[in-house]
Amino acid sequence: MTAVASSNRASRARIFLRHETILAAMLVVALFGLGLFNDRFLTIDNLLNQGRLMTEIGLIALPMTFVIVTGGIDVSVGAIVGLCAIVLGYSWKNLGFPLPLAIVFTLVVGAAAGLANGLVITRIKVPPIITTIATLTLFRGLAEGISQAHSVRGYPDWFYFLGQGDVFGVPTQLLVLFLAIIVFGVALDRTTFGRTLYAIGSNETAARFSALPVERVKLAAYTLSGLMASLSALVLVSRVTTTRSDMGMGYELDAIAAVVLGGTSIFGGSGTIWGTVIGAVMIQLLKNGLALTGVKGDATIMVIGVVLIASVLIASSLQRRRV
Amino acid sequence: MSTIALSGASSARAPFWRRLSSQEMLLAVAIVGLALVVGLVNPRFLSANNLADILLGNAYIAVAAIGMSMVIITGNIDISVGALIGVLATVSGSLAVAGAPIAVTWLAPLVFGMLVMGLQGAIVAYVGIPAIVVTLGMLSILRGGLISVTGGKWITDLPDAFHLADIEIFGFIPMPVAIMVVATILAAVWMRWWPLGRAIYATGGNPEAARLSGVSPRRTLVLVFVLHGFFAGVAALLFATQLRVIQSTTPSGLEFTIITASVVGGVSILGGVGTVVGSTLAAILIAEITSALVFINISPFWTHALQGALILATVIADIERRRRRLAGAIR
Repeated sequence: MTAVASSNRASRARIFLRHETILAAMLVVALFGLGLFNDRFLTIDNLLNQGRLMTEIGLIALPMTFVIVTGGIDVSVGAIVGLCAIVLGYSWKNLGFPLPLAIVFTLVVGAAAGLANGLVITRIKVPPIITTIATLTLFRGLAEGISQAHSVRGYPDWFYFLGQGDVFGVPTQLLVLFLAIIVFGVALDRTTFGRTLYAIGSNETAARFSALPVERVKLAAYTLSGLMASLSALVLVSRVTTTRSDMGMGYELDAIAAVVLGGTSIFGGSGTIWGTVIGAVMIQLLKNGLALTGVKGDATIMVIGVVLIASVLIASSLQRRRV
Repeated sequence: MSTIALSGASSARAPFWRRLSSQEMLLAVAIVGLALVVGLVNPRFLSANNLADILLGNAYIAVAAIGMSMVIITGNIDISVGALIGVLATVSGSLAVAGAPIAVTWLAPLVFGMLVMGLQGAIVAYVGIPAIVVTLGMLSILRGGLISVTGGKWITDLPDAFHLADIEIFGFIPMPVAIMVVATILAAVWMRWWPLGRAIYATGGNPEAARLSGVSPRRTLVLVFVLHGFFAGVAALLFATQLRVIQSTTPSGLEFTIITASVVGGVSILGGVGTVVGSTLAAILIAEITSALVFINISPFWTHALQGALILATVIADIERRRRRLAGAIR
């Protein structure tokens, strides 16, 4: 009987101690805290604008959650953003593709880049971190080589709808992000594919012996990562109206920070899309809130580093106590 | 006794032809071969000036790759080192401009580097957080901190005595090259024959086996990170003193260039295997390739693409070779 009582209490405590719950509470506190400090912070305009800025990282962080849940990592996504931005500009301006075709081509290149990562990881069994470090250099190098440091500007007006327009007052890309969140959230939580991701992350050998398509699912996760990075590149180019080879630099860090902050274990096997979304919102609001209180942009990178390490330290000490 | 057990594995004399095909030998042949081929296309590549420039401009990468190799051999990775080198160079330069004694300006980056890396090593070893996450966080902290403190300004008006890289030993060997060679040899000898050095391989090869044979994997890991911080400090010093100014940013992707040097140099990413002689040779080869591109009229904007392709090819070859060896051993 006491066992039942204590397990009951434990499960109640677990809901409170769940990473997402703690994070959501912190988010609410941070929102009001920052709102008290600065009256420009808690305005609809500012929050919508922050959503606009958050989308590029958010789109990458979603598939990154999948990848990290399998126990992998993908640090090449920022470079894929750069490569895709260049591919868009180059194929439109230099190769003379019509812009819609160039957009499709960009998405294909992004998916192909992710697929290449996946193939090296699943077929040749090179550890994900090393594979994507190598392809990070390769993709960024291709972007630099193709562009030869020339930027592309002057896209037609309709293209800017994605990055600067709005639908009933909501930024276009934020709607895209909402849609992606729902698709990724349902896929991870409610489909065989999603459950397979968890199975691979918690015990790959067991997953393989259970006849789960381990390689194919991992391949899909990395391909999605590349595809979403190219979508992020489209949003980014449309927002800033220009194409440069250094675009998306460091995005991988923000995306990974959002995922880890959102409670996904870096060892794989656990994590949720909702956590990642809260993590991404948290990072964006921290950046914005700090910027509004007069902290310069570069110092906010520093805060993200501290928050990342601190959250992992706290999470690991909480887990240890639970065991 | 454990020393014998640890060094026994690789001390068996390999036949001459086998040693020829070792990674170090391959790299040495590639360095000479590439120099000759590019020299045929454009003789100016082989001028003493250019060859010296290649070594001088990249000695700091080779030095940093020594520590990185040790870290990778233990089965970990560090992506904060590029940002750390930038911070240490700025610390050293600021001290010099503020009028601190030269010895202090030279020692400060070493000590500070050891502290930062030691802290990261301790978190990795004792809290059990993967090195990739810890160093990712530290990368943000260091990079953000550096730019927000310096505001992107370059440090100028450095005192003449500060320029360590200007010293020439015996009047003709430039200091950076001497440091690169001596550090590589010392580290190689230490890792090859000292018990503590062997412990690095033992920790990376099989931490549990290492523990059972009396090596503390955790303490070894912290030691390796501290040493890595020391070499990062030396690298920062070479970086800071090679020009008359210190830029507030290091070359983008510096950490990846350093990792590339280690991996192309034959350090296995799965841990337990590799030498610092290999990583130093690889650093020279990469620098040579970058310089060669200019001399055969290929746009330098392709450098990173080539570097990426090179590291990918090396890693794939490394994994395939191991698999074949493993398959052979089982058969």
